[in-house]
Amino acid sequence: MTTDAPPPQGGPEIQPTGPTTEQFVAVQESAEFGELRRAHRSFAFPLTVAFIAWYLLYVLMSNYAGGFMGTKVFGNINVALVFGLAQFLTTFLIAWFYSRHAATKLDPKAAAIKSRLEAGE
Amino acid sequence: MSTLNMGWQFAAGEGAGEHRTLIITLFALFVVATLGITVWAGRQTKSAADFYAGGRQFTGFQNGLAISGDYMSAASFLGIAGSIALFGYDGFLYSIGFLVAWLVALLLVAEPLRNSGRYTMGDVLAYRMRQRPVRTAAGTSTIVVSIFYLLAQMAGAGVLVSLLLGITSDGGKIAIVALVGVLMIVYVTIGGMKGTTWVQMVKAVLLIAGTLLITFLILLKFNFNVSELLGAAATNSGKEGFLEPGLKYGATALSKLDFLSLGIALVLGTAGLPHILIRFYTVPTAQAARKSVNWAIGIIGAFYLMTIVLGFGAAALLKPGDITASNKAGNTAAPLAALEIGGGSGSTGGAILLAVISAVAFATILAVVAGLTLASSSSFAHDIYANVIRRGKATEKEEMKAARWATVFIGIVSIALGALARDLNVAGLVALAFAVAASANLPTILYSLFWKRFTTQGALWSIYGGLFAAVFLVLFSPVVSGKPTSMFKGVDFAWFPLENPGLISIPLGFLLGWLGSILSKEEPDKGKYAELEVKSLTGTGAH
Repeated sequence: MTTDAPPPQGGPEIQPTGPTTEQFVAVQESAEFGELRRAHRSFAFPLTVAFIAWYLLYVLMSNYAGGFMGTKVFGNINVALVFGLAQFLTTFLIAWFYSRHAATKLDPKAAAIKSRLEAGE
Repeated sequence: MSTLNMGWQFAAGEGAGEHRTLIITLFALFVVATLGITVWAGRQTKSAADFYAGGRQFTGFQNGLAISGDYMSAASFLGIAGSIALFGYDGFLYSIGFLVAWLVALLLVAEPLRNSGRYTMGDVLAYRMRQRPVRTAAGTSTIVVSIFYLLAQMAGAGVLVSLLLGITSDGGKIAIVALVGVLMIVYVTIGGMKGTTWVQMVKAVLLIAGTLLITFLILLKFNFNVSELLGAAATNSGKEGFLEPGLKYGATALSKLDFLSLGIALVLGTAGLPHILIRFYTVPTAQAARKSVNWAIGIIGAFYLMTIVLGFGAAALLKPGDITASNKAGNTAAPLAALEIGGGSGSTGGAILLAVISAVAFATILAVVAGLTLASSSSFAHDIYANVIRRGKATEKEEMKAARWATVFIGIVSIALGALARDLNVAGLVALAFAVAASANLPTILYSLFWKRFTTQGALWSIYGGLFAAVFLVLFSPVVSGKPTSMFKGVDFAWFPLENPGLISIPLGFLLGWLGSILSKEEPDKGKYAELEVKSLTGTGAH
């Protein structure tokens, strides 16, 4: 870490000398890091937009489509309840889906960059 | 109606009186056990990393459990069950926002935060920025969000006790709020993050076990036929459309807008709650942080599914007048349902279940307030004291001392505020904390991590803009004045019609962050952003 940087994260914990800012900039501009960034963003960003849209659809339907939401599916179970439970289900599935993506596509790339950077290359 | 209510209160008071010893014993057991844990954890708390981050040695599962313990507040347990019992389907809407919100934390925040910060939310917000102004802003917003949230928990404690121990005097309620405050000060000053984490884990197990028991008993009563339970709830509530959306929020175009506002605040708030964010520092790696969130989603999801049964169970089993007679906002519906399912007032089974659920609710409140106090005192000590006042020159010892004093101060402030807010609906108050977190913190976190042109000015505009907009709008909303349920009765200075400010303040927070950055004369620090981005995605040099 360069000495003229503002007190990085404060605190007197003894810090091993890590990579320099120049090294970080070089890595950030490397093709390998670009791939890692793309692998994260191209997955996480659209998925975030998708689940927020799906959730907002639910909120808006609850607000403005009461008749439809009140339709009985079976017994006293109506569309509103099924829709709500579907939100639970999709949350569980998206968490699982992301974690699988992260473990297979992100972790190996991140680990490779990290070990090279920490070895001082 | 009024004779019925009085009859009920008499019965409840009598029942509680007979078995008050049982309730107090269970509660005392929890307090003694958690104090034991706290002292044990305190002995191992030597460095700042121990105090702020529990030594970073918790596993993903342990932290997932602790996150659940930190997140499933009195608002979830008492507030949601109560809202469902009173408003049917609309009460359930809360839990969906609370759960879906975790995906924002999982996909965008948990791992990069773990990789690039050390102790507080401010570590990440200020990383690329000028330290002192941004740390001050981050500390301010952390403390405001935590105090809003604390207030809700304190109010819940007072309400519970009035029912469970038959204490109806204001002095008694205030004494309980003070007791909760003193205990949380002790947990945090002595046990630090390690002690707090263990208290939260114990509480999560107790809460899940207690909820599972009551859920099982309610389902048993209805032969595990959910449709039958819903039907009974709808009939017994005597309300039209009890199982459909609209009873609470569907009355007018305005209340629908309020619900939309609430929905947005809930889903975007979680990933900006400082007491949740600092939990990610207690695990060693980003993978463990990911695992914590996954466990938390599983546990919290299961819990919310059970609150549906609790809430509709209360609606099916209790006379609607009884719930509101005991507490206008419905906060006591879950304990009353436990009493009823165990055999009703005066029965031993009912008294035991009531005692168990009450002790669990106390445990819930204690664990959550400890987490909130830790978040705010950490931020005060690490962001404001060490980095702003002492400009990074404070020793570890001084910093921890400041954190402990801040804990005492915040504890006293929240006791005072909690005593004032003891009759508010706790779920509503927590929703406000979510709105502030989503308006002030989330935009800054996301811009910091993902937008290279974000500047110090952008960070300040978005934190202060989001924070002031949210708090200002709440101040002039029906939450504070103008309605029978307002914090201050008999006065009306509410001109902002929505109870939740999120609809305005969250987009404003995002807009100001963007505007502040593009209008900034200062160039963003490219080197610092390279450091932050590479660290946040790879874990290089993570503490």
